[in-house]
Amino acid sequence: MPDIEVAETTTQVAQPKEKLFSKKNKRTLSDPLSDNNPITLQVLGICSALAVTVQFNTALVMSLAVIAVLALSNVTISLMRNMIPSKIRIIVELAVVATLVVLVDQVLKAYLYDISKRLSVFVGLIITNCIILGRAEAFALQNKPWPSLLDGLGNGMGYAAILLIVATGREILGSGSFFGIQLVPDSFYAAGYENMGLMVLSPGAFILLGLIVWGQRMISKKFEDN
Amino acid sequence: MEHYLSLAVKAIFVENIVLAYFLGMCSFLAVSRRVETALGLGLAVIFVLSITAPTNWLIHEYLLKEGALTWISESLATVDLSFLNFLSFIAVIAAMVQLVEMVIDKYSQTLYTALGIFLPLIAVNCAILGSSLFLVEREYNLAESTVFGFSSGFGFFLAIVAMAAIRQKLRYSNVPEGLRGLGLTMLVTGLMAMAFMSFSGISL
Repeated sequence: MPDIEVAETTTQVAQPKEKLFSKKNKRTLSDPLSDNNPITLQVLGICSALAVTVQFNTALVMSLAVIAVLALSNVTISLMRNMIPSKIRIIVELAVVATLVVLVDQVLKAYLYDISKRLSVFVGLIITNCIILGRAEAFALQNKPWPSLLDGLGNGMGYAAILLIVATGREILGSGSFFGIQLVPDSFYAAGYENMGLMVLSPGAFILLGLIVWGQRMISKKFEDN
Repeated sequence: MEHYLSLAVKAIFVENIVLAYFLGMCSFLAVSRRVETALGLGLAVIFVLSITAPTNWLIHEYLLKEGALTWISESLATVDLSFLNFLSFIAVIAAMVQLVEMVIDKYSQTLYTALGIFLPLIAVNCAILGSSLFLVEREYNLAESTVFGFSSGFGFFLAIVAMAAIRQKLRYSNVPEGLRGLGLTMLVTGLMAMAFMSFSGISL
């Protein structure tokens, strides 16, 4: 369960002098990619993970936005960690995250207007993405800026990995294309092949993610109770 | 009246905030182990959403949207503060959640301890911020926003209580190891979403 994972990471306290890419820092970066993936193992941030995965390019832009916000918010909160009174920390964290999301939203509107329209409210919902607040609470508040940056990047990429896998599956099965390029040849359609309409709709995303989680647990052999 | 009824049916069943828009999944997955806690969280979400949706509508309409400040002075007609939407919405939501937390703490200790960490986390429940953003995007008026806020909350309540009931039954079944927990919950959610899609034929 997420609580246990969080408890484990909080016990690591950064040593005063260590190399920029010491073993521990490398683990901070690589662990969230598989063994401690934010979506499939910490169960954080599923909300926005699924809504933007009908097509690969929206998922890609969303992943980049989340990585940017997560890394920057971790660094900012880590820099301020000794100044934030613990009673009002949630509000402070939310203010930091919301400001960063406003910045990202404005950048997307300026340079990628079409995709930002298609992402609609889900860019704003990065604020309430549990990964960001979860990592701030569990890691950035106890660690120095550099490990926090790595933790943010690692978790962001772990999130992106799942998002892109789901998006690939949904776009290929649901629309017969990948990155907007048609993959399934016309002769297939002529022969009676049809796109799987279910994959474009929400149940497809739930079921696909369920299967991915199943697969990953079978490989990592980390099981939980019912 | 009919218009509001159809809006409510749409928000509760056809476009259920959890099952169609994937909002509020985190708490949906984490708090759906027991029916009692799911009931408590569901009620808290209904309450917070019914208050925050109209409040945020008022803030957007009279303070933030382009030309909203004309009630102060005509010269402010070109001011567009809508980039502050996210910040002000989340502030209203955080304040409301704090309020609900204090009320529950005072009147129901058992519910307070049962909800535990998830009560403050309603503040970061996507369902709440998501509804506020939807009502701006869809340009609802005040009455529509209130109905939409309540019905979205009710949709969340319905989904999480149903899920908790299903999971309580599932505890006695022999599930493949790797599918236990999150995996099976996602598959069941997928099936529930399919069931809710059958409501999409309804039009009032």
